[in-house]
Amino acid sequence: MSELAGITSGDGGREREVDHPSSLVATFGPDEPLRLDCGVDLAPFQIAYQAYGSLNSERSNAVLVCHALTGDQHVANIHPVTGKPGWWETMIGPGRPIDTERYFVICANVIGGCMGSSGPASTNPSTGQPWGLDFPVVTIPDMVRAQAMLLDRLGIDTLLCVAGGSMGGMQVLQWAAAYPERVFAALPVATGPRHSAQNIAFDEVGRQAVMADPDWRGGRYFAEGTHPRRGLAVARMAAHITYLSDAALHRKFGRRMQDRELPTFSFDADFQVESYLRHQGSSFVERFDANSYLYLTRAMDYFDMAADHGTLAKAFLGTRTRFCVVSFTSDWLFPTPESQAVVRALNAGGARVSFAEIETDKGHDAFLLDVPEFLDIARAFIDSAAVARCLGAGHTTS
Amino acid sequence: MNEQATLPLPATGPANGEAPRVDHLLVAEMVEHGSRVLDIGCGDGDLLQLLESRGVDGRGLEISREGVNRSVAKGLAVIQGDADTDLASYPDDSFDYVILSQTLQATRQPRVVLEHMLRIGRRAIVSFPNFGHWKMRLQLMIKGQMPRTDRLPATWYDTANIHFCTIKDFVQLCDEINVRMERAVALDPYGRPLRFNAPWWFWNLFGEQAVFLLGRGEAGAHK
Repeated sequence: MSELAGITSGDGGREREVDHPSSLVATFGPDEPLRLDCGVDLAPFQIAYQAYGSLNSERSNAVLVCHALTGDQHVANIHPVTGKPGWWETMIGPGRPIDTERYFVICANVIGGCMGSSGPASTNPSTGQPWGLDFPVVTIPDMVRAQAMLLDRLGIDTLLCVAGGSMGGMQVLQWAAAYPERVFAALPVATGPRHSAQNIAFDEVGRQAVMADPDWRGGRYFAEGTHPRRGLAVARMAAHITYLSDAALHRKFGRRMQDRELPTFSFDADFQVESYLRHQGSSFVERFDANSYLYLTRAMDYFDMAADHGTLAKAFLGTRTRFCVVSFTSDWLFPTPESQAVVRALNAGGARVSFAEIETDKGHDAFLLDVPEFLDIARAFIDSAAVARCLGAGHTTS
Repeated sequence: MNEQATLPLPATGPANGEAPRVDHLLVAEMVEHGSRVLDIGCGDGDLLQLLESRGVDGRGLEISREGVNRSVAKGLAVIQGDADTDLASYPDDSFDYVILSQTLQATRQPRVVLEHMLRIGRRAIVSFPNFGHWKMRLQLMIKGQMPRTDRLPATWYDTANIHFCTIKDFVQLCDEINVRMERAVALDPYGRPLRFNAPWWFWNLFGEQAVFLLGRGEAGAHK
């Protein structure tokens, strides 16, 4: 129990990042509201983002990276709260597939997040207190709309590529459907065009864990000086299992014991896998806001492109965006058929689409890990998009 | 035709620097510049790469994961799928040409595949090894065993090729399903085209492989 019970260290870093992030910030005033799907105009609001590399004079080398549920804008730099490397350094950086020496890479914290973009942990300007559950419910299209406003602010019209995995992949698909003329190439990874019933079910377990924690206080834990650490940690533990696979867990931990030879005949963390999950839970609460977790899982649950457009094919009808869809064999959160549904819809519209299923036992998290076959494909796809874009520019001027 | 999609890709010809295969060159010659092409069973994408280097907007379908990944790594638009099951999801008239290169004999339902090809594309290009070649016939007659050649070395029990046919068989199928033959070429074992005006029986005996350019029949069975 020790690890979960002993979570007391200060939330100072996390709380500071909420309103005053160690990032670039774009603020939007009362005259520039973000129109949300729930009908609310959110204003004022802010978007925290990181940028790497430099924008060329034609403004044609911008790559937007969309982060997953518990990710943030710190894709390729030391994280200001955890001190750990960026979450996608296998993909982004000098000489990496998304090469920061060639491309201008932007990643923004999503609306509803807790690393500097407006979300439930941010200060509600009308009360001076954290929004809590008064923050409007946001959707994946809302996140993308906010990112589009950021790009307008940065003067970037067209993106060379939008890339992301999991919830980030949902945003990639939404980008391609909502702003087809602004997306030259799209790289949705380990994702799907909707959240399945099983995924909604897992999310609900996580939310119930948070809300069952007496320290959650109906979402008003800021005012009461608490944080539902145990509930959020349990939510993270349950979710983390879905990011791995049976084979990966077996390979990493098997039935091995943690610092002991024999069972203790107690409910201590006898097994390594228990200890690992407790660590995942306890370290997560140090950097993430519990209400944000509720909002972002909800946004994923609501995502259903086919319902939004009538059919999935209609979402991409007439698109000129080139796509590379990638799934992983052991991903049971977004299994390959989810990606295939996207591919079929794109094919029906005659889109230029590639699709690769990568063999790995690393589960859903494979998109974050050093999986060379995946990284090679991403590199080739982005390189060919870059070449096509330059040629395109040459053709129109000649 | 959409401008973006017809842009050529950077690489030209096979990445390993080898000269393109003769049957690939022959197929490429049959494809008009700037057209949209679906290559079914595109393998490592060598033919698609050759086509794109010639200004064709190419897409590929490949059953093996390794083939798909190698193709995508070449910057080609290739998806993983099975010709026997996945062609039905392609809309009518979505391509100018649908190519089946050395794959017909590996499909479970060659006739259905061929019909889909001419539904999806205005034209189809099919190449296949000719099981009527004299070496095949000789092996069966003299040794009494299923023929194996340098190009088709697999034994009967581990081959992916489950529907071998001869040139004559293929022509017969085309007649049956009202497919118009626009061009046909038979290649000898050295990849040289046989005499154009030779009779079918000559091609069937001396052609090691054949390449057919097919169109929809006049009767309108396929629109």
